[in-house]
Amino acid sequence: MPAAAVEITDLVKRYGDKPAVDGISLTVPRGQLLALLGTNGAGKTTTIEICEGFRRPDSGRVRVLGLDPVTDTDALRPKVGVMLQDGVGGYTGARALELLQLFGSYAAHPLDARELLEQVGLSDVAGTQVKRLSGGQQQRLSLAMALIARPELLFLDEPTTGMDPQARRRTWQLIRKLRADGVSIVLTTHYLDEAEELADHVVMLHAGRIVADGTPADLTRAGSAGQVRFSARASLPIAELRAALPAGAEVSEPVAGDYLVAAEVTPALLAAITSWCAAQDVLADGLTVERRSLEEVFLALTATPVQP
Amino acid sequence: MTSYAPAPGAAPTTKMLAAQTQMELRLLLRNGEQVGLTLVIPLLLEFFFNLPLLYSLNVPRRIDFVVPSVLALAVMSASFTGLAIGTGFERKYAVLKRLGATALSRRVLLLGKTCAVLILQALQAVLICLFGLALGWHPHGGAVSSAVLIVLGTFAFGGLGLLLAGTVRAEITLASANLIWLVLLFAGGIAIPLSRYPHAVADVLRYLPSAALSDGLHQVLEHDGGLPVRPALTLLVWAVVALPAAARWFKWE
Repeated sequence: MPAAAVEITDLVKRYGDKPAVDGISLTVPRGQLLALLGTNGAGKTTTIEICEGFRRPDSGRVRVLGLDPVTDTDALRPKVGVMLQDGVGGYTGARALELLQLFGSYAAHPLDARELLEQVGLSDVAGTQVKRLSGGQQQRLSLAMALIARPELLFLDEPTTGMDPQARRRTWQLIRKLRADGVSIVLTTHYLDEAEELADHVVMLHAGRIVADGTPADLTRAGSAGQVRFSARASLPIAELRAALPAGAEVSEPVAGDYLVAAEVTPALLAAITSWCAAQDVLADGLTVERRSLEEVFLALTATPVQP
Repeated sequence: MTSYAPAPGAAPTTKMLAAQTQMELRLLLRNGEQVGLTLVIPLLLEFFFNLPLLYSLNVPRRIDFVVPSVLALAVMSASFTGLAIGTGFERKYAVLKRLGATALSRRVLLLGKTCAVLILQALQAVLICLFGLALGWHPHGGAVSSAVLIVLGTFAFGGLGLLLAGTVRAEITLASANLIWLVLLFAGGIAIPLSRYPHAVADVLRYLPSAALSDGLHQVLEHDGGLPVRPALTLLVWAVVALPAAARWFKWE
């Protein structure tokens, strides 16, 4: 069995005496997409740059495709594609296609540069100098440069920052296609919808530590009191409804005719609500189960101060 | 539809070096004012140093002394000062950090940069020689020996420039590359022949790369003694020390 795409154990990195990464452990299986989610300064970029071999860990063990990014750099670099956070990198005086072709020339089996430029929607600016591209265009070129060598593993540091919504959707599609074609991916983002949309697994970082991790569904479900919302005629006897539900459920009518049941959402809860409504001869209209979004989970976790 | 199925691997070194050299050369040539300076300044110097009023060189044919000196100066300017400053700022603006995340090795990057400068240098040398001939220069020695010295000089100075650019901050590279250029111009046997210095001092100075290159070119072009051994060996030693040292200690960011 091949080694995991990324395996990090008890990683610590300090700048001065301030820990940027404070004891992180995580594993990315081959072929999966991991999203590192966190605010600025959470330790995302430090973690990813250690995996890329740009920084050395102070302690802990890091293996990328089974190799040590510090000592096995030469073996690792051809297998890994990298998208850095700040700008496109590389020669900004070169034209977009030229720069992409240069990166292709470093690889044994590169993708076709023109076709790739087409895939990221930059065919129109193939002859434009990199420094004259917009921020979003530079991001897309940077993504193409990360892909052209046909890597096994991609590190994408905030890949859609600065893109307009259309380019963002397009990039998401491309990332899904990459994953489907068997590329392992680690991306950092502070867009929660991006993590929810793309990731197999999400790791939330806050002040250098992992505050939550799991699939997007796990995270939005875990420990959450969800809620059920429905509409019916105004002024139903909500005290009776509460009595009919499992203990701990809260029922309210915030707006006349709109009802809100806050409780752990289970099949039994839904059955209890609908059968009570049936007994009242009331049609529960627009009945929806609302789970917490990743954003709510994230805000709840990062609002709590982390113990030193 | 493109398939992104992984097929990693590094290209052969020769392919990478060719692509890197080509890109570096294109970028050099695209930088209009830089090319202008690199090509025009040596010609202006050639013209002014040849004027009788500037200072007396005490040589029978002034232009025969000026051309080899200007050739040496041009090599030092482009492959040491120019290369060091350009590369220093590329590091500062994280250009090289991105290249460092590919299969490109430091060695190939630095060789590519040096080869690009070498090609520019060939063009420059031709212009200097043509202009010299127009001013009445009579070369005595072989073009091949001169070319060998210029190639060795380019690798020696290129290695030193890249070593400097790769290890200190861009601002320090900028200041020291200019300062060293100036010191070598006057104390390194280019503008002032080493014969004007006391013997003991000259014996030390002659092992500077500037003195070796200038001295070698003077010997070849003024007296034609074949490839001068000591200057050529001196430059070779500087090159084989400086280039690997640059590759060893060069920091991408």
